[in-house]
Amino acid sequence: MTAKQHFDAIVVGAGPSGNAAAYTMAKSGLKVLQIERGEYPGSKNVQGAILYADALERIIPDFRDDAPLERHIIEQRMWVLDDESFVGSHFRSEDYNKPPYNRYTIIRAQFDKWFSSKVREAGALLICETTVNHLIMDGDKVVGVSCDREAGEVFADVVILADGVNSTLARKAGFHPEIKASNVALAVKEILFMPEELIQQRFNIKEDEGVVIEMVGKITDGMMGTGFLYTNKDSLTIGIGCMLSDFKANAAKSSPYQLLEAMKKHPSIAPLLQGGEMKEYCAHLIPEGGFFAIPKVYGNGWMIVGDSGGFVNAVHREGSNLAMTTGRLAAETLIEAKAAGKPITEAVLKTYQRKLDESFVMKDLKKYRDMPKVFHENPQFFTTYPELINRAAQTMLTVDNVDKKTKERQIFSSFRQSRSFTGLVGDAFKLWRAFR
Amino acid sequence: MHIVVCIKQVPDSAQIRVHPVTNTIMRQGVPAIVNPYDLFSLEEALRLKDQFGGKVTVLCMGPPQAEEALRKCVSFGADEAVLVTDRAFAGADTLATSYALAAAIRKLNSEQKVDLVFTGKQTIDGDTAQVGPGIAKRMGLQLLTYVSRIVETDVDGGTITVERRGEGGVQVLKTQMPALITMLENTNEMRFASLPAMIQAAAYQVRKWSKEDAAIEDLTKIGLKGSPTVVSKVFGPTPRSEKAEMLVLENSTLRDVTLTLLQSIFTRQPTLEQDLLDKLSA
Amino acid sequence: MSEPAKAPLKPAGRGRNLELSEELKAYKGVWVFIEHERGHVHSVSWELLGEGRKLADQLGVTLSGVLLGGPDEDLDKFAKEAFSFGADHCYITRDPVLKGYRNEPFTKGLTDLVNKYKPEIVLLGATSQGRDLAGSVATTLLTGLTADCTELSIDPVTRALAATRPTFGGSLLCTIMTLAYRPQMATVRPRVMAMPRGDDSRTGTLSEDTLGLIETNIVTKLLDFIADASSNKINLPYADVIVSGGKGLKNPDNFKLVFDLARVLGGEVGATRPCVQAGWVEADRQVGQTGKTVRPKLYIAAGISGAIQHRVGCEASDVIVAINTDPNAPIFDFAHYGIVGNAMQVLPALTQAFKAHLDARIRKVA
Repeated sequence: MTAKQHFDAIVVGAGPSGNAAAYTMAKSGLKVLQIERGEYPGSKNVQGAILYADALERIIPDFRDDAPLERHIIEQRMWVLDDESFVGSHFRSEDYNKPPYNRYTIIRAQFDKWFSSKVREAGALLICETTVNHLIMDGDKVVGVSCDREAGEVFADVVILADGVNSTLARKAGFHPEIKASNVALAVKEILFMPEELIQQRFNIKEDEGVVIEMVGKITDGMMGTGFLYTNKDSLTIGIGCMLSDFKANAAKSSPYQLLEAMKKHPSIAPLLQGGEMKEYCAHLIPEGGFFAIPKVYGNGWMIVGDSGGFVNAVHREGSNLAMTTGRLAAETLIEAKAAGKPITEAVLKTYQRKLDESFVMKDLKKYRDMPKVFHENPQFFTTYPELINRAAQTMLTVDNVDKKTKERQIFSSFRQSRSFTGLVGDAFKLWRAFR
Repeated sequence: MHIVVCIKQVPDSAQIRVHPVTNTIMRQGVPAIVNPYDLFSLEEALRLKDQFGGKVTVLCMGPPQAEEALRKCVSFGADEAVLVTDRAFAGADTLATSYALAAAIRKLNSEQKVDLVFTGKQTIDGDTAQVGPGIAKRMGLQLLTYVSRIVETDVDGGTITVERRGEGGVQVLKTQMPALITMLENTNEMRFASLPAMIQAAAYQVRKWSKEDAAIEDLTKIGLKGSPTVVSKVFGPTPRSEKAEMLVLENSTLRDVTLTLLQSIFTRQPTLEQDLLDKLSA
Repeated sequence: MSEPAKAPLKPAGRGRNLELSEELKAYKGVWVFIEHERGHVHSVSWELLGEGRKLADQLGVTLSGVLLGGPDEDLDKFAKEAFSFGADHCYITRDPVLKGYRNEPFTKGLTDLVNKYKPEIVLLGATSQGRDLAGSVATTLLTGLTADCTELSIDPVTRALAATRPTFGGSLLCTIMTLAYRPQMATVRPRVMAMPRGDDSRTGTLSEDTLGLIETNIVTKLLDFIADASSNKINLPYADVIVSGGKGLKNPDNFKLVFDLARVLGGEVGATRPCVQAGWVEADRQVGQTGKTVRPKLYIAAGISGAIQHRVGCEASDVIVAINTDPNAPIFDFAHYGIVGNAMQVLPALTQAFKAHLDARIRKVA
């Protein structure tokens, strides 16, 4: 064994972003070492989970041959919940039933295992149960990593940090400051097992078809957050998450677990879960700071991908596709630099930033850059409006002796009373700003 | 010295659960691990290698994914790993398994003389503790099970002295190599692999043998055909019809509840009170 | 006691032989290997005789004990005890090389007897000696061996032994049969079967055989036997009262409360596997599928969830009392009495209550 181990790239982390990077580089012939701190790839990862086929197709075009996929999604439901009701919009299309399918529900434990096996087939070396303690610097250049094992130093031309939302490496190296509680959400989820046929009957789907329900409203108890319910092959995933700073501020009132339990009891949700057994419960942090919370993601001999770089589009609940895409873009940056014989300096790795800016990743994050702030500072979007909208719907849809015009007036006045005219206008403006 | 350590890849049974409706095993997401008992035997073998030099080969009869388990053993320091894998082995009980492993060890022996064979005390999925003794019998090796400590190894003289756990004490046994040893649990602590060892293991190509490579000729002795034991049914334990009689703390004091409990216990188990009194007066 | 959740699977033929040959049909009789060490028979052998008696009665055959030992060991006395526990006959093989257990002479001793007298069932205790011997004998005889059985019965159709044991880490049970080979061998852990009542008036027959091995030909030498220090011996399997603690106790210091209650009751302290693995108590205290099986008169489980792996170790107890903060804990499914509460409060209260009650009774007598 050589005294000093050297690789073209070291990837820290074997989640979706790390796997995307490692796979792409190994496939093009680079010598890659991937270091995962968990017992096996995926053991430290948690997600809803939805797989965005487009992002994975660009890395492994024929992934559908053997990747473990639960159901392909044909219907999306968006619900705004009050305490005992909800107003929803659904979109379902037969186009989603035409292969190749665009989104799938997956079970992360199995998916990560599969993705990792592909990475190793491509020629990357993977070691697990190994934690990278710190980056090895030569001046301001990252030249390798130091791990928590004997003789634990290994060197590379570039180190790609794919070490997730809790990443400490970049912070230790001084590349960016501590993560703020207002920039992460704490989400919890459960998997409930349920017979396949029952799921299909209840959600009006056939074999292999899936439904996604995204929820917002009173279920988050006044805090900024969302809930979700996904159909897997023979289980349902239900979860809810809110800003960590909100949980901390409301510690006496609601814990993530309490929110989840309350959500499961909601009269519109409970019937969907009837007959589900055997809970598997987990929790995780999700970066939610958006555009403004993204740190510097490249430097002299290093790049950051995935959650570690805050690449999550909270509005559309997209994270794993950004993870895979950023991983791929970082890999491509390195591959191109190596092919052109360039040294792996900050100037050269700047290409990574350019690729990000040109892709949907930064474009989407930029579009929604104000969203976190707007929603965080305006809890009425999670409490008052869901109430108003639900009551409005109830008023309009209840057939009684009241004439429709009176009903309309009732609705408008309830809005005005609640938020005042200027408040309403202001809210509309804020929403516009957030979504622009 | 050449030491062969037999290992098995097993589901982490601590994480296995039964589906409450279908009563089948939910294997989804249950990680596969090296049978924990095997690691004590592996560590002991590695210590002998540290002391006397030589080579440690890990051997496994299993499906293709068992390669992971072998690779893990290489990361701890095993020099070579052999996976004997073939569809014909499916359904093997312990008799058929020991037949296949004995054949593979004989083949390894023909490459380099084997001084010691280690197996784990038992597996966490089968729990039978039969494969070690089975291999020893088939190969004519001296068998030393439940070894708590290796006292002395005389490589030149070809002898080994061990302490073996029995009822109420420990036997001191001395025998000639080649011998087969199963180590008791918690007799040692597995070393941490160094980073270079981890990387080497990640790059290591596990040797894969089919039944022909392992020089197994008699196909009636392996897999389902070679297994005298037949599983006639698998089922979940029946829940008891009566659940516990619950004593509620809310409406009464803890003191009252405990007194009620005592009365119930003594009524239900009449001889208990006298036993306790006898013990106290003794 | 245990029922199939779905229809029993038919043993998959797939070209293998499931028919008993005429020659093997001639194998008759139930045997129990009687394990002894330095003057005492391990009580698991008596438990097996109790079980073996039921099997022999169902089959209408004799129950025999097998005793191997040195010429100056009290094998005749052991045989008499065996008769009192239900044996009809004892096979004895005496030889100097059989003094003290060693694999080679014992394997030959038992194998020779089996080949000569042809029993259909051979039972051994799942002890270190029993498992060592059973595996070697089964491989020599090329027959089926089922380990750690929790239930033994005779299948009325085939007259074969149906051996039930836990599988998949104890989450499920499976029934295993050896249909086409003889003898059918099984090991059973101590305390899984009940201790039978002894009947001193019972008698039986004896036969003696020779071993045919000389010491110089036996490779493994028994140099010494070092007895355990008796003072600190934890005797969980035979305790009448056990107080057990689980991870619900939150930290190892709280085990003191368990010890306190056990002391007042003159009982032993047990624990779940996670506690042992965390180093909170010694491994000898582990109750459960991979630990000890216990059948005390009183079993108090504090902070124990009652997972199946622990359940199988203690469910034979006469009275089970469970204390847990979670009302849905599985332990309440098989305990006799349950308290939903904090063990750290309930245990001291129980200790006090028992102490007060017993003290009062003693004072009354005095």
